[in-house]
Amino acid sequence: MKIEFEHLQAAHCENGVTTNLLRSAGAEKLTEPLAFGIGSGLFYVQLPFLVINNGPAIAFRTMPGLIFKRTCDALGIPVFRKKFSSKEAGKKYLDECLAAGQPVGAQVGVYYLTYFPKEYRFHFNAHNMIVFGKEDDRYLISDPVMETPTSLTEYELERVRFAKGAFAPRGQIYYPKEKKIITDEQMAKAIVKGIKRNVNHMIRIPGNIAGVKGIAGTGKKIKKWKANLGDEKAGLYLAQLVRMQEEIGTGGGGFRYIYGAFLQESHAFHPIDELLDISKIFTEAGDKWRTAAVQAAGIYKGRIGSQADYDVMGDYLIEISEIEKKAFQALSKIKWNS
Amino acid sequence: MKKEEIPQDDGALNKLTKEVVYAVDGSGKYSSELSTGWDVKTKALDLAWEDIEKRIEAARQKVLNNEASPILYFLELRLMDMGILAAYTGFWKWTIKSHLKPAAFKKLSEQKLQKYADAFNVSVEELKTMKVHED
Repeated sequence: MKIEFEHLQAAHCENGVTTNLLRSAGAEKLTEPLAFGIGSGLFYVQLPFLVINNGPAIAFRTMPGLIFKRTCDALGIPVFRKKFSSKEAGKKYLDECLAAGQPVGAQVGVYYLTYFPKEYRFHFNAHNMIVFGKEDDRYLISDPVMETPTSLTEYELERVRFAKGAFAPRGQIYYPKEKKIITDEQMAKAIVKGIKRNVNHMIRIPGNIAGVKGIAGTGKKIKKWKANLGDEKAGLYLAQLVRMQEEIGTGGGGFRYIYGAFLQESHAFHPIDELLDISKIFTEAGDKWRTAAVQAAGIYKGRIGSQADYDVMGDYLIEISEIEKKAFQALSKIKWNS
Repeated sequence: MKKEEIPQDDGALNKLTKEVVYAVDGSGKYSSELSTGWDVKTKALDLAWEDIEKRIEAARQKVLNNEASPILYFLELRLMDMGILAAYTGFWKWTIKSHLKPAAFKKLSEQKLQKYADAFNVSVEELKTMKVHED
């Protein structure tokens, strides 16, 4: 069976799944930037003491699953979500959904995701895709980071749905429970809610690990990496920072651009010109993230690597922290009409 | 980022798909565009893999020198850490740690070896010899 479903490629998997599932449930005006903004997707955190893949644990976006949850909540769309204790139960439930014509979001691990190139297959368990049908024992898959729909065998899908380790998906599937027409007024309210929450997360979390202060915190740490870690490890740490920033279907710089696009699109629902001005500040932040990535690459390619080069790198992040602080402070001062 | 600045370099992903990026046009308006990849990012990924290859080779040497059991080699080969392997096998982390010793590994039952082999997606024979036949 094949469910009528429109595949749309996105920059980030969860944005894409959220947008595509909710559009087919009636939120026709939802786009990737709007879903990202309403879900307060922009974030920054460097978790202290934690090491992932032998490098620093840094995230440029909010926790997996939250963009979908918050967007549904803000638009008043009830969500069905289920994890499974056995593979058989997980498959049975999925098949029933598909038989009933319901496309479902699925959380999967990418290590065994056969259509991904080997270079990208780490034990990362918070990837998202939509399963929208089954033909000849192959599940039809809409993976938002891919240009076109793809498919997986029963075994392949089971293996990625029941991947193990951190954020183990345990077969998790989710979908909007009912179709609803979402009005412009609802969209407008959801946008305000998303922006206000994102302001809180970026400039009002105490401590120095999260939000704009976290970015500056990492900047300060980077200046010590050469002396504390040695050239080889410091280079690997910088490479990890860039990979987290520009990983497949994500992007630290990229997320800033998506947020810029979100503010522009919000202008259609809230004709407040500050939104357009603040959008430009996010573009500036995204550009600076890219400049920082180029500097980092200079170091890990071995082209440069003096302490002064690490200082420049650290200062870029401190500058970015200031730029994003300015942007979120401006957003916090907007007078919303509704 | 302006549309004309979107990097169109070769990358690992390029064989498979282009990526969506958001960029502004001449009037500053955002739209989504496609990128084939960016060498800054490709190099970061290459470096991570070079490091992984080094770790795999170092682990292989340790096993050959009888300083560790083949489990160490497969941990590195499959990019796992103790937590992931514990989740796939159902063994405790400290149990796995003891199995990293060559002497303890040699005494493992066929059943336990099979659990490790399954977790690493190899046969028991491949697990013992570190000779893996893959595509």
